[in-house]
Amino acid sequence: MNDQQRSFTMTLGDSAVAAAAQTAIFEPKVTSRKVCVFYGDKQALFDVNLDIPDQSVMALIGPSGCGKSTYLRCLNRMNETIPGCRVTGEIKVDGRDIHDPELDVVELRGRVGMVFQKPNPFPKSIFDNIAYGPRIHGLARSKTDLEQIVMTSLEKAGLLNEVKDRIHEPGTGLSGGQQQRLCIARAIAVNPELILMDEPCSALDPIATAKIEELIDELKSNYCIIMVTHSMQQAARVSQRTAFFHLGVLVEEGATAEIFTNPKERRTQDYITGRFG
Amino acid sequence: MNEHTVKSYEEELALLDKKIAQMGGLAEQLLGKALDALERRDPKLAEEVVMADRMIDNLEREIEEQVISMVARRQPMADDLRHIMGALRITTDLERIGDLAKNIAKRSLAIADESHPKPLMSGIRHMVELALHQLKEVLDAYAERDADKALSVWRNDAQIDAMYNSLFRELLTYMMEDPRNIGISTHLLFGAKNVERVGDHTTNIAETVHFLVRGFNIADDRPKDDQTSSTLISSS
Repeated sequence: MNDQQRSFTMTLGDSAVAAAAQTAIFEPKVTSRKVCVFYGDKQALFDVNLDIPDQSVMALIGPSGCGKSTYLRCLNRMNETIPGCRVTGEIKVDGRDIHDPELDVVELRGRVGMVFQKPNPFPKSIFDNIAYGPRIHGLARSKTDLEQIVMTSLEKAGLLNEVKDRIHEPGTGLSGGQQQRLCIARAIAVNPELILMDEPCSALDPIATAKIEELIDELKSNYCIIMVTHSMQQAARVSQRTAFFHLGVLVEEGATAEIFTNPKERRTQDYITGRFG
Repeated sequence: MNEHTVKSYEEELALLDKKIAQMGGLAEQLLGKALDALERRDPKLAEEVVMADRMIDNLEREIEEQVISMVARRQPMADDLRHIMGALRITTDLERIGDLAKNIAKRSLAIADESHPKPLMSGIRHMVELALHQLKEVLDAYAERDADKALSVWRNDAQIDAMYNSLFRELLTYMMEDPRNIGISTHLLFGAKNVERVGDHTTNIAETVHFLVRGFNIADDRPKDDQTSSTLISSS
């Protein structure tokens, strides 16, 4: 730190210094510049600039219709599957533009796993649910290889002990929380770099939620996790950074501890304290 | 600022402020009465102070319980969180101020039969008046969410410290003049120290108010002017 920086930080409080330090140090895994999304004539996202660090959890919060899920779906180009939807701006993962025409979108989606609000296992066995991705992406060279991937994924998702005796039974027979962890196991089976989660716990009870949160906490040391959540407490508990969206605009982004104790923007403050009319 | 969508949350926060104001008012009264009891050597008034301190203690408990319940039930965020945690810290400081006032009042019983050195008494009176002014200002700063006012209270504490230093020297001199003065002087010295401590708690409150409003702590070191811990007066 040079003298100029030091004299600057001396005038700030400790927490502000911590936040500033955190902003400065990370090398972003994902960078977004001027990202806009249009559904037909209606613009849903306005010039979003957002950097997301690797090996951490980024929480996206905001009221319904604020654009947080829309932004999330930009990251694996899922918006393209919606008729009339148009995305402009630049999104890079590891410095590579994901809209590069030479980039294979299937390969991109292999690098970006996604977990949805409602657990959606395929109507197949637990084993086949997880083996599906590695099979279509050609990740396993042999049957033993595939079995290894399935077991490792189940273990990483904290599900192995609970299902090891019924691995060939239907995935749909599991409880809601187990199904969601199965979906997470399925997402990590293709060895993604990013995991997108769209309200992964909103259909689960508090115990199943705690298990998923514990899992997210463990996964973050290996993955870049981006999570949309309506629960402010959940964002505060699991994320390292938080971005607040409102009416399609990224209002504020920062260290989670800072956002929930001392946000800079009035709109963020109003939203997280329950003052939105 | 906009109101909370949930009205009862808004009401609970307002109730918290009301209780802090009530507690602050009681602490002010107590300190004033404690001084009167000391000056007039009035045991009845001293007794009143002791009783009133219990009301402060009860309010502290009520506020603590409300804070715990609000943290559990409302899961406060951002300025609400700072507001609620700030109230908890302020209530502890106010309770300590009540205790210190009670301690001053109790000393009036111990020195009831001693003769009073007028100039020393007026020294303590000045200290108390300043401490009361500071306390009033900081309570206003809390009620008005005025960080600048809190900052000025925080800076002014140096005056109380300076008065305490000079009173300390005076009392030592007075004791050296005549050993019979040692009893009352010691009591007055402790009384003055208590007022100096009231000033410190007021400063704590000022820091809390600043944090509550601005979201970060005051960065500078507070000028600490109490030099009595290293003061010696030679008898030669």
